[in-house]
Amino acid sequence: MIGYIARRLGVAVVVVVGVSIFIFALLHVIYPSPAIDVLGPRANRVTIAAFNKQNGFDDPWFAQYLHYMGNLLRGNLGFSYKLNQPVDALFKERVARSVYLTGVTLVLSVVIAIPLGVYQAVRRNTIGDYTLTSLAFIVYAMPVFFLGLILIQVFSLNLHIFGFEASQSNSIFAIIGDWHDMFLPVLTLTLLTIAAFSRYMRSTAMDVLAQDYIKVARAKGLPERLVLTRHLLRNACLPMITLVGLSIPLLLAGNLITETLFNFNGLGLLFYNSLQNVDYNVLLAYTLIGAVLTVIGNLIADIALTVADPRIRLA
Amino acid sequence: MATQAGSLPPLDVTRAPEGGEIGPVQSGWRLAFREFSQNRLAVTGLGILAFFVLFSFVGPLFYHGNILTSDLLSTNLPPGAGHPLGTSNQGYDELGLIMNGGQAALEVGFFAAAIAIVVGSLFGAISGLLGGLVDASLMRVVDVFLSIPGLFIVLIVAVRYGASVLSLSLIIGGFSWLVPARLIRGEVLSLRERDFVSAARVAGSTQWRLVRRHLLPNALGVVIVNVTFQVADAILIIASLGFLGFGLHWPHQDWGDLLSNGVGYLQDGYWWQIYPVGACIVLVVMACNLVGDALRDSLDVRLRRR
Repeated sequence: MIGYIARRLGVAVVVVVGVSIFIFALLHVIYPSPAIDVLGPRANRVTIAAFNKQNGFDDPWFAQYLHYMGNLLRGNLGFSYKLNQPVDALFKERVARSVYLTGVTLVLSVVIAIPLGVYQAVRRNTIGDYTLTSLAFIVYAMPVFFLGLILIQVFSLNLHIFGFEASQSNSIFAIIGDWHDMFLPVLTLTLLTIAAFSRYMRSTAMDVLAQDYIKVARAKGLPERLVLTRHLLRNACLPMITLVGLSIPLLLAGNLITETLFNFNGLGLLFYNSLQNVDYNVLLAYTLIGAVLTVIGNLIADIALTVADPRIRLA
Repeated sequence: MATQAGSLPPLDVTRAPEGGEIGPVQSGWRLAFREFSQNRLAVTGLGILAFFVLFSFVGPLFYHGNILTSDLLSTNLPPGAGHPLGTSNQGYDELGLIMNGGQAALEVGFFAAAIAIVVGSLFGAISGLLGGLVDASLMRVVDVFLSIPGLFIVLIVAVRYGASVLSLSLIIGGFSWLVPARLIRGEVLSLRERDFVSAARVAGSTQWRLVRRHLLPNALGVVIVNVTFQVADAILIIASLGFLGFGLHWPHQDWGDLLSNGVGYLQDGYWWQIYPVGACIVLVVMACNLVGDALRDSLDVRLRRR
């Protein structure tokens, strides 16, 4: 097992290096030098050339890449010339909010989708199963922003229960406590994630129910409740670990759209504002962080699966 | 069933044995098609898709809604006489806008899915067939691109190079080919061990012919299922792009652009600018998912009724 983990770690490092090469290549092609942003739109070619030479922007691309990697390893993600701050300072302000939104979504989705999927598999082809499957299907087909719009219209504008804009507070504790404003953003992302997870969970649970050991357990006279919790739940949760790891890019994209829709001042809204401002340093730094998070998430999911599933560990 | 002691009834070869009906020999595709056509949801999905294709491309020939001249005297009209779905904030007819938007959405959806499938199949087939170091490095490339959040790169490229049907299809396809590549590689790895591949090799087939004539047609089932999901995903991505404001421009607006225009009027209660468009997106994506699920079930031999 140590060998497997070491090999996976090696692959993850290779993938992260590959991602950094791709992001750097994109940066180099789209935004070779910040000369115009620093010197102003009326700078002439001589000044731009002198700036490039002075700051190393006309070095060969390989030297620039090594410089870029050196900066990354020291934690320097670049500088935003439109907002006049280092990129990591911008991220530090907002990371807590985005982590809160995504974290709460993930936890709620897993906690709700697993029992939901098990219920659908056990009560297969009944009214409850059909309703839930159809609902999940419809929600799965909706774009994030449309679901958010419907929720805003129903809960906020018609029923006046929740606020339509996310909490604008600066303190993360105030945000956590402000359920009136934060309920709808969390609900939007959670519903979509539950729709995706419960579809998969339902089919996994159906596969597990068809296994022989469930038949044996029932034949032995084990109460149904114990069959479900002791055998079905443990075995059906294993593919969910992989699914959670694989759903990180989708969570990031959903995060972006939800924060923009509800005006929640997190990393997603920063990305959207940087798109408007055409601030490539921020955009590509966030993409790099998103990619690294995905790689780490998949690595953790793989290792967790190896630890949890003895069939893989002892194979 | 002897009528007289010691003799059996004459053997009647025209009657079926007691095991069951002997039907005519059917190919795998015909059986899959029979499964598919008996699934009512799948046929509904296919019908919805066909309806939207006709609605978007043939509809404007019959219904001439005003989508080109801004008419400031009839802005934000609710559904009524002359405008079945009301007007937008610049006086354009909503129904005409939705028909027009459908064209862009469906074009980008199908084109991006086509690029994704072609590139992904070739990549996956070559990787699976050659194996070894080539396979490992090609799959690492796929891993690298799978780790990057695709929506972000699509947005960055749309901001830098502008959005047109071609550029959006290329970039969306450029991130969608990863999943088909993985799937095809898996299929090819299992097909590679089959006897017909060894027979073709012994007969002197080149690698390319092996891929083209033997591996890809047999992996086609997986490919077809994936195409439908790619179309659904591409339509969602381009709607999200349009909603964020980086989609196509007038007059080639797509459904996401219409939604982003309507969102500003949510509190004014102009529901006709938001919900019909959203419903169209949901219906088309749902139809693609229904068809894809049914195709996957009909091609899965274990679920077949024989």
